[in-house]
Amino acid sequence: MTTAFTIQNNNATRDGFGDGLYEAAQKNPEIVGLCADLTDSLKMGKFHKEFPTRFFQVGIAEANMIGIAAGLTIGGKIPYTGTFANFSTGRVYDQIRQSVAYSGKNVKICASHAGVTLGEDGATHQILEDIGLMKMLPHMTVINPCDYNQTKAATIAIADYEGPVYLRFGRPSVPNFTPENQKFEIGKALHLIEGKDVSIFATGHLVWKAIEAQAQLAEQGISAEVINIHTIKPLDEEAILASVRKTGCVVSAEEHQRNGGLGDSIAQLLALKLPSPLEMVAVNDSFGESGTPAQLLTKYGLDTVNIVDAVKAVIARKK
Amino acid sequence: MNKITDTKELEKIATQVRRDIMRMVHAVQSGHPGGSLGCADFFTALYFNILNHTPKPFNMHGKEEDVFILSNGHISPVFYSALARSGYFEVSELSTFRKLNTRLQGHPATHEGLEGVRVATGSLGQGMSVAIGVALAKKLNNDPSLVFSLHGDGELQEGQNWEALMFAPNHKVDNLIVTIDYNGQQIDGRTSDVMPLGDLHAKLRSFGWHVIDMNGNDMKNVVETLETVRTLAHRGESIAIVMRTKMGMGVDFMEDDHRWHGTSPNDEQLKNALSQLEETLGDY
Repeated sequence: MTTAFTIQNNNATRDGFGDGLYEAAQKNPEIVGLCADLTDSLKMGKFHKEFPTRFFQVGIAEANMIGIAAGLTIGGKIPYTGTFANFSTGRVYDQIRQSVAYSGKNVKICASHAGVTLGEDGATHQILEDIGLMKMLPHMTVINPCDYNQTKAATIAIADYEGPVYLRFGRPSVPNFTPENQKFEIGKALHLIEGKDVSIFATGHLVWKAIEAQAQLAEQGISAEVINIHTIKPLDEEAILASVRKTGCVVSAEEHQRNGGLGDSIAQLLALKLPSPLEMVAVNDSFGESGTPAQLLTKYGLDTVNIVDAVKAVIARKK
Repeated sequence: MNKITDTKELEKIATQVRRDIMRMVHAVQSGHPGGSLGCADFFTALYFNILNHTPKPFNMHGKEEDVFILSNGHISPVFYSALARSGYFEVSELSTFRKLNTRLQGHPATHEGLEGVRVATGSLGQGMSVAIGVALAKKLNNDPSLVFSLHGDGELQEGQNWEALMFAPNHKVDNLIVTIDYNGQQIDGRTSDVMPLGDLHAKLRSFGWHVIDMNGNDMKNVVETLETVRTLAHRGESIAIVMRTKMGMGVDFMEDDHRWHGTSPNDEQLKNALSQLEETLGDY
């Protein structure tokens, strides 16, 4: 069954996080927030204003932030840490590995400005390896929602899940098209469009691009199925295999490196259980650079046209 | 649990803890005896006198009880001995230290559900941040109990400590007692040669800490100092104890020698060591 969708407005996924955190915190008094000098960028201002005693400004000290968050869970709190994706993962990998993941702590690592759509700040800040870093950690849940509504719903949902979570979202304003006030189910793929010729599995900002690609392909007589994989780990293997059994080929689409991303997870699954042609729309072993988000998506092959081309290429490989 | 206040009694327990350390490390020919022996008096004072804690049933959240976080996780032998001897788990389990399928991992972990351990440590420099988090949670929960943590002096070379040292006074974390094991030794040699800490007291004070000295190998001084710092808690200041200890304390051929940081004794050395440490509570 597919989920009906329609563009309601344009909004940033990080706004979904800020609003989701505020709403979740109203319901659950154990939720606390920590931020490393990026309160406005992470849209944590509303939470801070409403719950000043539950907000901790740690300054530009991400390692300390992760450790404090781990300690807060020992006292029964549900900490949400906020900084850019780069500083949420690569910079603090060992802290997350030992103090959070290995220790099984209920920390929600909330990471904004992921991928090239961070834009003009350039490659120092545009992490494209974070999904891979996080999914390699045993028992880490990895979520990359696609729009404002889904990010808000995911932010609320992870409070009720006991265990470490990496929640990845972004900076730019993008179409907000998934239903408002949806129930977010961790690890459950979202079927957006039925199709029979190819399965497109997309995550994050590239879900809307996949929907655009589907429309263009339909005009050319190609029926593409579009499935939103918002949870990269645990992967909804059942949904992926069921779709590929029907279509026989796959395109993955994500704003991340090929290595370690969603496509990499799908490739493992298919190689083990259902070998099928696969094309990956992702950054291929490269750093990003300065530019507008739109320019960068084009230059790094992450646009609608790239998904269309990948679909044609993968269909041609079907036996 | 019932507190042991008699210094002589505490010293007897510390002697047994030192025997445990030597036997654990010798049995698997691996582990870190030097720092463990140096901190045996501190751990004994903490677990048998100072902490208000409930070993059984172990409560991960540590609500309404004092919480201890060991940051320099490599001195796990002394930690495990103190936990077992104070009732967190059976003393006989000490014999599984570092062996396959053990709950007593080389460095402390929560993963196998060992009672008394609240966070994994071993990769250095992370425990102070965690201890601050526990202390903040206690404040949010209106829980007046305290958080104690232990850190190596060499460990202070890790930058995360200085992030934590900056944070605690700025956020008035005054329910945390940080202790630095100042034994002046690390793997590659004397701390003063490897990477000198300079004037540690001045550094801590300039970060806003209330700094207190303690002789970590004098049981009376350890107990009195820890009792004193209890009275200083909840007064708006973060408290740090610079605890002078001797690496390898209690075994003459191991004392003040960095080579015993992570080296295990052979059969003859164990025999020699145990002859210096009376079996007071019964070996495991």
